[in-house]
Amino acid sequence: MSDERTTKTISGMDSVNTTVLGADEIILNMGPQHPSTHGVLRVKLKLDGERVAGSECIIGYLHRGVEKIAEHRSYQQFAPYVDRMDYVAAVSNGLGYCEAVEKLLGTEAPPRARVVRTILTELQRIASHLLWLGTHALDIGALTPVFYCFREREEILKIFEKYCGARLTTHAFRIGGLQYETYDGFEEDTKRFCNDFAHKIDEYETLLTENRIWVGRTKGVGILNAADAIALGVTGPVLRASGVKWDLRRAQPYAAYDQYEFDIPTRETGDTYDRYVVRMEEMRQSRRICLQAVENIPTGPIMARIGKVLKPPPGEVYHSIEAPKGELGYYIVSDGTTQPYRVRVRPPSFINLQAFDKMAKGALIADVVAIIGTIDIVLGEVDR
Amino acid sequence: MGHLIPPSIMPFVLPVLYAVVIVAVLPLLAGYIVLMERKVMADMQARLGPMRVGPHGLLQPIADAVKLLLKEDIIPDKADRLMFWFAPLVSVTMALLAYSALAIGPAFQIADLNIGLLFILAISSLGIYGIVLGGWASNSHYSLLGALRSAAQLVSYETAAGLGLISVLLLAGSLSMKDIVQAQLDQGVWFGFSVPFGFFIYLVGSIAETNRAPFDLPEAESELVAGYMTEYSGFRWSLYFLAEYANMIIVAGIATTLFLGGWLRPGARYHEHIPGTGIEWLDALPALLTLGVALYSLKLAPTQPVKIQKIVMVLVAVLCLGVACVLAGALFAPPAVMQGIHGAFWFMAKVFAYIYAFLWIRFTFPRYRFDQLMRLGWRFLIPLALVNVIGVGVAIVLRQQFAWGPIVSLIPTTLATLGVAMLLAKDDAPVAEAQTAAGE
Repeated sequence: MSDERTTKTISGMDSVNTTVLGADEIILNMGPQHPSTHGVLRVKLKLDGERVAGSECIIGYLHRGVEKIAEHRSYQQFAPYVDRMDYVAAVSNGLGYCEAVEKLLGTEAPPRARVVRTILTELQRIASHLLWLGTHALDIGALTPVFYCFREREEILKIFEKYCGARLTTHAFRIGGLQYETYDGFEEDTKRFCNDFAHKIDEYETLLTENRIWVGRTKGVGILNAADAIALGVTGPVLRASGVKWDLRRAQPYAAYDQYEFDIPTRETGDTYDRYVVRMEEMRQSRRICLQAVENIPTGPIMARIGKVLKPPPGEVYHSIEAPKGELGYYIVSDGTTQPYRVRVRPPSFINLQAFDKMAKGALIADVVAIIGTIDIVLGEVDR
Repeated sequence: MGHLIPPSIMPFVLPVLYAVVIVAVLPLLAGYIVLMERKVMADMQARLGPMRVGPHGLLQPIADAVKLLLKEDIIPDKADRLMFWFAPLVSVTMALLAYSALAIGPAFQIADLNIGLLFILAISSLGIYGIVLGGWASNSHYSLLGALRSAAQLVSYETAAGLGLISVLLLAGSLSMKDIVQAQLDQGVWFGFSVPFGFFIYLVGSIAETNRAPFDLPEAESELVAGYMTEYSGFRWSLYFLAEYANMIIVAGIATTLFLGGWLRPGARYHEHIPGTGIEWLDALPALLTLGVALYSLKLAPTQPVKIQKIVMVLVAVLCLGVACVLAGALFAPPAVMQGIHGAFWFMAKVFAYIYAFLWIRFTFPRYRFDQLMRLGWRFLIPLALVNVIGVGVAIVLRQQFAWGPIVSLIPTTLATLGVAMLLAKDDAPVAEAQTAAGE
């Protein structure tokens, strides 16, 4: 097939052999145009009846060469591009990139900037998880939660809009700190949202957590044990649901996370239900962090003194943060000029998607959409 | 006019008229059920729903219909053209045919068959051929999977729903829709109250039969795109759509007739008259209800943003007022006319209440998975229905032996069925079954 040449498969997966089919087997192409592949993921399924006998994720339909673009932009110019990778968590992308460049420069953002960054990033985590919850529930057939989730996400986006003028691709942070001071009433808005949100999240749980159908559709579906998760490099809520207590906010604190108390929720089985529970609890913890941070924002400058032209010394740096979907890492090589020599991104969705085949083996078609939803991929980030 | 029609044709005049009315009105009704669905959905999801075409989207179904009829008619290249053309016709014909035995009022029925219920069930089961053939003829994997799911689902749930209906047949002793309603009047209780489990089983079964959520697996959007309808568009698609909503009205009609007293008004045996007149209090209810709707529409009219919407809103109010006048006027008409008009009102009110329950369920629950659907059908509903049928049989014996009342005799049955249901539910608890172990 001609399009096989232009797209690439994720290596390490059991390839679907399309030439050898059993008498009852058919090949079903799910995507790239499909209601629940969350963008342009194409999943090639070998089906025995409704049961998945083999699967293969084909990616690259949204490839924009983000990493290559970085080589022709100055460090500051590239910052808005990272927002377009995981476009439902743009603030987190920006944080990772800015901190990576700061590390390369050997500088650090001032305390006030770090706290504001933490608040916005945690709000972004809630927004990202809300979007996941809504679409995941929609995939499993619950039509209503998605609207409630968007209602709350809207409140977060309003805070972003008031802060930096943008809602989705925010470019909220600058290398060295923040461009904008917080607006008047930022603290009150954040507090109000956090206080309301506590009840809202309980409401979602009444719709889903103990619903027999929901439990039936998610428990025991797409099991990923801890050993497999580690071997595949899976990170974020997917890893924690498999029982590995690994969160970069705690393991190697960045921004201002070392100042706040929060729990790292984990579960044991590593099935879709566990990942659901973990993410729900993470939203509560994010809310907790926001409330602590907003109580006590230090005063002082919001930008480090780094100069207008950034010329990091030759060298390389790897910096990673706990993005909503997992470890988001930036590996930047500098040759001493104003433009990076190479930027390599470690996107959590891309790596987590590798676990798909393991989760989907022996599942039913209905489980496939549940599993795609539970990994929480964003194709902008997978394909870059 | 009677002398113009030869007597040999006379018996057919009224049924033909009814048939024409049903064929003409049903697509419109289906369109408005879609609007109702979208409005109910919007209400539950904290949004407004259609608001643009007409006031509160009241003309949306007409706009949708025009759009669907004007769309390009596409038949996929590799499809089986004849079957592709034929399949939606089967679905829609069977759905419409089933109406012939449905009794909307004591007189408003095309044919009072003595096997009426059986006829409706048989005909609406044939509609599945339209889905299976359409899915197969499309030559697409999604369509095929949808069709296969649909066939398997119907076989499983038709059994359970049928057993749920049998409990009523035992009590009514007839298959004629008219006689079943009459039996409920004679016994003084709607069968939905005397055999609640029969009603419950039929409710679940009928949702599954009409492929509605949470049993909408044949057209599960997030899994199979649109299931058996994936390759259909425009007019043919709208035929499937019409069939689906027509089937919804059919199952709601069956449930209304068998469990909710058909055209009987609430308190059908309660005859308290308004002092000084021959009118019963409860008979005035329909007219008052519609009058309320009319007044509410009038109140809403000035708040409409556009002038044309104000006008349409007033027209809606006038329409409701007209209906209210008809309902009120019927009070002074001969009893047969009165019963026909009010019967139709109550029947439709119950049908819409039943459909509302469908929608409510749809927007509340996630979707079942296929194996879970089958397990629920075979391991929960069918055993429960069997227990229920046996229990009703015992109750009838009790009633004859000890002359217990129609409700009292069924209480032990209901309790026993409840116990079995709890036992079965425990057994059916959502087990964390490993994927690979869940074989066929």
